[in-house]
Amino acid sequence: MTKSVNLNVNAGQTRQAVNAFLKDLFTKNIVEAMLVPLAHPAGSNVVPALITEPAYLDNADVFAPVMPVNAARTLQSVTRLTPLDRKTAVVIRPCEMRAFVELVKLKQIQTENLLIIGFDCPGAYSVKDYARFAAEKKTSDEFVKNYEKRAEDEKLRAGCRICEYPYPLTADITIGIFGGDPSQNLTLVAETANGAEALTKLGLSLETDSAAAQQRQAAITKYIPEIKERRARFFKQTREEIGGEEKLAAVFATCIKCQNCRQACPVCYCRECFFVSPTFELESDKYLRQAEKKGAVRMPADTLLFHLTRMNHMGASCVGCGACEEACPNDIPLLKIFQLIGSDVQALFEYVPGRSLEDPLPAAVFKEQELERIGEK
Amino acid sequence: MAETKEQFEPKIIGFICNWCTGAAADLAGTTRAQYPPNLHPIRVMCSGTVDPVYLIKALLSGADAVMVGGCHPGDCHYVSGNYKARRKIAQLKQIFQSLGLDESRIWARWISASEGPEFAKFVNEITEETRKQGPGKLAGDWAL
Repeated sequence: MTKSVNLNVNAGQTRQAVNAFLKDLFTKNIVEAMLVPLAHPAGSNVVPALITEPAYLDNADVFAPVMPVNAARTLQSVTRLTPLDRKTAVVIRPCEMRAFVELVKLKQIQTENLLIIGFDCPGAYSVKDYARFAAEKKTSDEFVKNYEKRAEDEKLRAGCRICEYPYPLTADITIGIFGGDPSQNLTLVAETANGAEALTKLGLSLETDSAAAQQRQAAITKYIPEIKERRARFFKQTREEIGGEEKLAAVFATCIKCQNCRQACPVCYCRECFFVSPTFELESDKYLRQAEKKGAVRMPADTLLFHLTRMNHMGASCVGCGACEEACPNDIPLLKIFQLIGSDVQALFEYVPGRSLEDPLPAAVFKEQELERIGEK
Repeated sequence: MAETKEQFEPKIIGFICNWCTGAAADLAGTTRAQYPPNLHPIRVMCSGTVDPVYLIKALLSGADAVMVGGCHPGDCHYVSGNYKARRKIAQLKQIFQSLGLDESRIWARWISASEGPEFAKFVNEITEETRKQGPGKLAGDWAL
């Protein structure tokens, strides 16, 4: 049973309709603050901004195809020390929401007073490609209107093209576009009691299983087998591209171990990373001993160790947002690699990162009867 | 330079727990069980403390195989450390497999304190198997 309400869009102005809805949440005192994608005055970027003054919402651009940082990271910065003491709405992409769920489980985000607003995601470009898109005076209204053609959009980030869950999994309210025409209508779905309460307070009357909500659900149901097939093809190709010692070495040949991927990853959460710890501050004779083992040692040392360890630490929680690949200065296909190993590891533990706060992290639990092939003869 | 296959002596790093596999290794020694010297044991308090990074580091630093030794499932001195180890090893092996790396170089074995002969048998097994496989590919490449 889905409760939803239609939101009219005037003359193809989707952005304006969304912004008016978000502004309403302020003026009707449902929230006092909001984390929302805001167009940067320079025009070249749309960045997450925490706002307390609703007038800024005129510049919000929720469907703008760019995700400069994963906003789950932003929420971690905001709430790690103390929970929010004012009702705050956060408007985030589905992958940001999945990372958010993982960070809550990792005790990095405190959820008090949050109203989670998600939206069906038409995908995003890299920051550089978005700047070009904006410079050509293209708008998010045009972009979102053509969301159904996103699979053919070569410019779309690799992660977006193989996104398994472009729709929110744990929102209070979803701004739905799938199955409909966002240049004419949006479907506001109340996913939780909290969401229903907020929409009702706005004076909207919720319908049960409206035609639009059913069409949206049908579009999602249709998408699932399509994306499974596309992902299977993508993984097969990736295995051929990077599989084996030689090819893997070639993939990481350009790594400078700047660790930008770790910094950008929303779920790589340790305050003090092992790889910047004193473990890796060695005396010169230790470096020489490392060199002696093979006759030569690549510098910076432990490059592949760094990536393989990150795969071990983050594979189960990788939400496939692609922030790592975006952050890489040398175009290492990290999203491909992390999605490949991530999907295999997640299948091993029957875990879907970001699906639910109830699913425990695979590393935090075990079953007595499982994985019997490990350790036995 | 690289050894030829005939003279190849595998180098194996074992992370073995204090309470079971470690005690079994002691027992194998005191009962003078015969086994090859290729396994270099590192005693840890529990197999659950073995971060996969140790295993990867060993493989990248010249080990031809690595192993984790713990108590039998259900017998962990710390109740559940070996169950956690089992998940970590399964995950590491999966990642190796996904990347087309040789996951068969990563071993685990549950050997209890009374199983000295089992320990000797295991060291024979891992040594012979690794000898058959030849030098580890990760072990020899300086650029990795």
